[in-house]
Amino acid sequence: MKHVVTINKANLKQSVVKGGCGKCQASCQSACKTSCTVANQKCENSDR
Amino acid sequence: MIHKYKLGGMNIVLDVNSGGVHVVDELTYDLLDNVEPPFEDECPGAVVEKLERNYKKEDILSCYEEIKDLYRDKILFSPDEYEKFAKFATPSPIKAMCLLVAMDCNMRCTYCFAGQGDYCQGRKLMSFETGKKALDFLLINSGNRENLEVDFFGGEPLMNWNVVKQLVEYGRSKEEQFHKKFRFTVTTNGTLLTEDKMDFINREMSNVVLSIDGRKDVNDRMRLCANGKGSYDVIMDRYKQIVDKRGHKDYYVRGTYTRYNLDFAQDVMHLVDNGFKEVSVEPVVTDPSHDYALTERDIPKIFSEYENLAEMILQRNREGKHFNFFHFMLDLNQGPCAIKRLRGCGCGNEYVAVTPDAEIYPCHQFVGMKEYLMGNVDTGEFDQRMKKQFAGAHIYSKTDCKTCWARFYCSGGCNANNYEYMGDILTAHKISCEIEKKRLECAIMIQAAEAMEGRNEDYGPRPQMIR
Ligand code: SF4
Ligand code: SF4
Ligand code: SF4
Repeated sequence: MKHVVTINKANLKQSVVKGGCGKCQASCQSACKTSCTVANQKCENSDR
Repeated sequence: MIHKYKLGGMNIVLDVNSGGVHVVDELTYDLLDNVEPPFEDECPGAVVEKLERNYKKEDILSCYEEIKDLYRDKILFSPDEYEKFAKFATPSPIKAMCLLVAMDCNMRCTYCFAGQGDYCQGRKLMSFETGKKALDFLLINSGNRENLEVDFFGGEPLMNWNVVKQLVEYGRSKEEQFHKKFRFTVTTNGTLLTEDKMDFINREMSNVVLSIDGRKDVNDRMRLCANGKGSYDVIMDRYKQIVDKRGHKDYYVRGTYTRYNLDFAQDVMHLVDNGFKEVSVEPVVTDPSHDYALTERDIPKIFSEYENLAEMILQRNREGKHFNFFHFMLDLNQGPCAIKRLRGCGCGNEYVAVTPDAEIYPCHQFVGMKEYLMGNVDTGEFDQRMKKQFAGAHIYSKTDCKTCWARFYCSGGCNANNYEYMGDILTAHKISCEIEKKRLECAIMIQAAEAMEGRNEDYGPRPQMIR
């Protein structure tokens, strides 16, 4: 490509195939608690 | 849907539905203002004519071909195919609990959302009996979830330290029988930390959140001890000690910024320069009538401060002095699955808060709002209808979120903020959205810069535009 560099594997669509298992940490988007926001959540599904 | 913006000297294009991130040249950036699917075989004449003023025709044509290729590969203008999963957004087992072991606090922080610790309900400590019932409630209602998170919260949880210790012990004693693992965490203001407590926390708690706002004058303006003095001198050394003792693993120093320190990047750097590598400094969310509240007019300054911070982070990375700023942490390759991203939090569904009176609320921020009282761990009552309502609060049921470019990263924001400031859990709180979107732009920019500068192995070898 001359004009575009794609920097990541765009795999959101792929992620639903084995996703939604609920193993990961609960998240909280709020400012008062630093548990985890969705954006920096780790997936804990080793099967995915 | 795409979202494009300029930051850090790059033109960045996010393909919202695939999660694809592209760094593009000026021509592509401009061309994307003029074309969208369905694509014709050749770039429309009117578009070529318009762009020819600034670019060569052959470049416009080849750029158009690239855009079509990306579209065909479903990493540009890809469709939103996730709404069908929202119908699975049904009630799930409860896997996380916030235990308000002390609705009391030994500090008097000006901005405390919990009304100086007691959530405006009178100062109370949780009894071991009530805590036990709360853990039992979690054990029984967690279905097939193995990992159970329990956060000791307050007020100041260390004011009820013996109960914390007893509850950890009690929880551990039940793990085998129930085939569960507890992950305990604690959030503290640090003033009561002793070496004993540090050792216990470091042994038993999978994460510890240490509150401090940053520079001494900033911290001491808002974070006041009961005697009216600032807490900085008391806590700074203790935080260094506890973090050292746990080998700098799994902790956060976290602060709150207000209108008084809109130069909060300095506070982040102050914490980093004191040796902390896991740092979070977050906007105060409060009634706009307070003089320290953030309002619309502060937004431009807040935005430029996040940009400053992003630049400082990149600079430190170049020097090999990496640290994490909580709200910029983003994994563009291995993040959570799209289904997880439909709901930003598990409040009232996978997550509940329990008070010293044994009352159950959807989360710590709802505590004290009687209309959101969900149940009681003493009597075992639990409002399944309310749980269902929260389970259904996902990005497709929130009007603003459905069409927002940030929806798969923000995932619909904070229900409690929405309720408190907009009167409805499904209506987005505008200032929070603005700030969230800016942080995401910065976070994506940092990842793009890391990739373009060849510093992140996850992104493979240093990519280049072929000229
Ligand atoms: S563990 Fe991974 S796959 Fe499972 S719900 Fe969480 S993010 Fe999705
Ligand atoms: S930024 Fe606002 S509108 Fe966008 S997803 Fe988050 S809460 Fe919804
Ligand atoms: S409602 Fe807000 S504060 Fe409560 S768990 Fe959700 S994101 Fe966190």
